[in-house]
Amino acid sequence: MDGLTRSNDLTFDLAQMPLRDVNQFLHHNVESGQKITILNPDGAHNIAVGLDAPIDLDIAGHAGYYAAGMNKLANVTIAGNVGPGVAENMMSGRVHVRGFASVAAGASAHSGLLVIDGDASLRCGISLKGADIVVGGNVGSFSGFMAQAGRMVVCGNAGDALGDSLYEAIIYVRGDIKSLGADAQLQPMTDTDYSTLEELLTKAELTYSPQEFKRIASAKQLYHWNANAHQEY
Amino acid sequence: MDLNNSSTPRSLSREASWGYDHRMINYIQNAANQGLYEIRGLGAKRQLPHFDDLVFLGASLTRYPLEGYREKCSTKTVLGTRYAKKPIELDIPITIAGMSFGSLSAHVKDALGRAATAAGTSTTTGDGGMTPEERLSSKTLVYQCLPSRYGFNPDDVRKADAIEIVIGQGAKPGGGGMLLGQKINPRVAQMRTLPEGIDQRSACRHPDWTGSDDLTIKIAELRELTDWEKPIYVKVGASRPFNDVKLAVQSGADVVVVDGMQGGTAATQVVFIEHVGIPTLAAVRQAVDALEDLNMKGKVQLIVSGGVRTGADVAKALAMGADAVSIGQGTLFAMGCNQETYLQDGTHYSAVDDYTALGTTPGHCHHCHTGKCPVGITTQDAMLEQRLEPQVGAQRVKNYLQTLAMELTTIARACGKQNVHHLEPEDLAALTIEAAAMARIPLAGTNWIPGA
Ligand code: SF4
Repeated sequence: MDGLTRSNDLTFDLAQMPLRDVNQFLHHNVESGQKITILNPDGAHNIAVGLDAPIDLDIAGHAGYYAAGMNKLANVTIAGNVGPGVAENMMSGRVHVRGFASVAAGASAHSGLLVIDGDASLRCGISLKGADIVVGGNVGSFSGFMAQAGRMVVCGNAGDALGDSLYEAIIYVRGDIKSLGADAQLQPMTDTDYSTLEELLTKAELTYSPQEFKRIASAKQLYHWNANAHQEY
Repeated sequence: MDLNNSSTPRSLSREASWGYDHRMINYIQNAANQGLYEIRGLGAKRQLPHFDDLVFLGASLTRYPLEGYREKCSTKTVLGTRYAKKPIELDIPITIAGMSFGSLSAHVKDALGRAATAAGTSTTTGDGGMTPEERLSSKTLVYQCLPSRYGFNPDDVRKADAIEIVIGQGAKPGGGGMLLGQKINPRVAQMRTLPEGIDQRSACRHPDWTGSDDLTIKIAELRELTDWEKPIYVKVGASRPFNDVKLAVQSGADVVVVDGMQGGTAATQVVFIEHVGIPTLAAVRQAVDALEDLNMKGKVQLIVSGGVRTGADVAKALAMGADAVSIGQGTLFAMGCNQETYLQDGTHYSAVDDYTALGTTPGHCHHCHTGKCPVGITTQDAMLEQRLEPQVGAQRVKNYLQTLAMELTTIARACGKQNVHHLEPEDLAALTIEAAAMARIPLAGTNWIPGA
């Protein structure tokens, strides 16, 4: 059936229908496996926020803030660029941006996979809580800030203060790192890291070799703010 | 004349310094010993202009009072009427403030939910997410969206009755949450996606928006996600409430919560608690000014918190223009915070030794940050948390809320109001020049409002 139009395939045109109605439909009236296309997104904010079903959603153009925010289960593809906070707080599923992403891509995402083919701006993966993020291009400064869990793969370069105040999240970078943030450090790659990269790059349809990447993780010096103080504070 | 009487030293050789008194000497020596600031719980301890500095002008010849017991006085309160399809309807204008599971035990969250439900009001989650216990026990639950986003998820957004975007809190406007390692037990750690036992400092800015233009879109996201059903509150710590309230309203908030510097915290640097933010009294007035300036009074509701303790405090906040108040610390004291004993199966047991072990005494404890709460409230210790029995805590908080509501209607009736929301600034007089200036209420016996 792949490539063919199925009877329950649906198309919404945001030039014709208010976003609120489209989102409401997506929350309550979709079936598992349904393929849905949104035409003329035209950079609108909050497209497809709060999805909660295993559907295939294509956004045929650029999206504004919080595209596919808090996604659960859905497989969303955006055929353009996105504004801030794409897939923020995602719980599961997959969001694939074919273009570039603005700031805070994948912020606080708990699980699932976010793929950005182009570059991502500042604070990519900020407060990450377990999701995986793969960026085909570069990431801006403060990416991975306070990231608690999950994995971030950067195929290009990283800006300043990468991984500042990292907790348990791991960042892999193929290109140059302008600077590391407080408590972030380069660590030797292990077999697990290579297999993780293999898995994530494959999922993101990228062909780089895991051997080209460096591992950045927390030095854990900030876990206890001042160990000399005998917890007397 | 005994010149050496130490309690009333009259000898110059025993003159105490005002600037370097015992407290200050102790502070400096602590700093010198530890090289680290003090962290503690609860709110500002210093004396501040407060609701106590206002009094009501009861009815007499110029207006009629209502009969105390016979004539109705409504306390019904509706929040979130601006955009939400399902506004919050409460029996009393007194809500329970956001306090996290993590800072409080699960028992306490459960007790607060039961008390709020019994009293016909709402309770609020906190940094760390929503526990199933509190969702179950609270008929009306406000779900906080905080900078840390610990445990934040769309399922709980959908389960909530309202959503509160927390920009800051009165105890520390400009600061993030703090939970020291000793309180991060396995359940707390798991809810927050953090390793057990680490000192946890939450973010102080939201990860996915900066500034009020972004906030507008963030609010729209939460509305889209909930099909425009749920009220969206925005909570700010009081520092520049006139501007902050305006920005929150312009960003699309249904309800604005303003928390003054007397507001409590589970753990924060003392320097932050005592020296950042403005008193609740000043904050209410500025917040009301902002709503009036935008012609939004009555359209966007105002909740005031930070040191609201009594029915008189509630009445004064309402008279100054608030639609409701929110109480955190008061509910803890109601459950037995700083009490000498704790109750187990109907018997009182002394907790004094446990206060002593923390270096304090009942009445002076502010050691919530240690996780070793002698009465089992602000703890994650499996033994200590048993000291607060949820049904006892729930009953006591319910009694407390009921008392405040009765005091509130007592005052409203005395001022001739059939509805507590009809209380107005005209019903008030100020006792001090400071309070008169901050609240913009005339000094009692005069028409004078300093600075007006
Ligand atoms: S008694 Fe418990 S809740 Fe009260 S201040 Fe002490 S530690 Fe905090």
